[in-house]
Amino acid sequence: MVTKEEIYSWLEEVSDPEVPVLSIIDLGVVRNVSFENNSWQITLTPTYSGCPAMQTMEEEILLKLKERGLSTVKILTTLSPAWTTDWLSENGRKKLKAYGIAPPEDEQDKSLLFSSPTIVPCPVCNSKNTRLISQFGSTACKAHYQCSACQEPFDYFKCLK
Amino acid sequence: MTKNEALFNYTLRLGDDSLILGQRLAEWCGHGPILEEDIAITNISLDLIGQATNLLNYAALIENKDRNADNIAFLRLEKEYCNILLVEQLNGDFGDTMMRQFLFDAFRKPLFEMLQFSKDKQLAAIAEKSLKETKYHLKHSSEWIIRLGDGTEESHQRVQNSLTNLWRYTDELFFTDESDTLLGELGIIPDFSKIKEVWSANVTAVFEQATLQIPANNWQFEGGRKGRHSEHMGYLLAELQYMQRAYPNMEW
Repeated sequence: MVTKEEIYSWLEEVSDPEVPVLSIIDLGVVRNVSFENNSWQITLTPTYSGCPAMQTMEEEILLKLKERGLSTVKILTTLSPAWTTDWLSENGRKKLKAYGIAPPEDEQDKSLLFSSPTIVPCPVCNSKNTRLISQFGSTACKAHYQCSACQEPFDYFKCLK
Repeated sequence: MTKNEALFNYTLRLGDDSLILGQRLAEWCGHGPILEEDIAITNISLDLIGQATNLLNYAALIENKDRNADNIAFLRLEKEYCNILLVEQLNGDFGDTMMRQFLFDAFRKPLFEMLQFSKDKQLAAIAEKSLKETKYHLKHSSEWIIRLGDGTEESHQRVQNSLTNLWRYTDELFFTDESDTLLGELGIIPDFSKIKEVWSANVTAVFEQATLQIPANNWQFEGGRKGRHSEHMGYLLAELQYMQRAYPNMEW
């Protein structure tokens, strides 16, 4: 009989298709793993309601577990509690920065108008002299910044609380 | 009317508003005034279509007639869609799109803030999830309304025209019928008058900063909630439904 710990270690090998440097465990979208009615159940939560990567993640999980000999796996989705970047692992934050994506910083309330944009250190040269280019970036979870010191344009993994 | 019928109606209405506005915004893909706004508008569209998927799947579950979000989204006739008229209005210029978005976001934020405490667990969960996205949308649309309204003479005049044209669709945001009354009594949905209070205060504050005037002529349209749509709806549905109508049951 396979253990829960083994399943978790296999899920570490499944990556986020949009940010492939992160595993789905780093991303914090795996909310539960349990054995019920003779099959393993994996509960996921989406990062954003319309995240197009969720379906790919589900398929990758099924494929990965099938390779390990588990063919009756069920994937469930939960919406509450809603995903937050607080669930991003410490290891995940380090991997993001090394990959050139600035990890989430604590932010002011999103509803404030014209609040000064969050100071996001450049993932390449660490300068805090960076500027927000756009609140929306290449995927739902990112915003677009540029470093004024080294000129590097970079993605910022938005803080979501 | 049973509780389930009322819950189905309510969930379908929220789902249709998200779906149709998501479809409208997707029309901007590749046509945004600048690359950043092209990406912003399509990101917002994606969030709305994600919310629509959650809502329409839940409506299908309540209905229990072997349908899912896809069948509901793609295989109904125009009269069966119950979105408000505001969301099906044409994109117009960037100011028209931002004005429509602002009026809508300013409604959705207090709605989700209150709905997340619904006695219906799934509606509460969808609201909790959607609220985080909606706050971000509202910040984006409010900032544009202020920038355009308090901008140049040209931008002010154009976005004032957008407000004058779109204001007459705002009463329908607060449309209620017996479904809403029943669900309100059961503590499943918030009181629309409370949402309206927050909405009014928010839009008034932003318009003040944007130096925009709410039009004095307050003639209001309605009909979308009852399936009576404007002339724009048929064209939108033709595009939305094309693949499923031409190739029934096709999948990616």
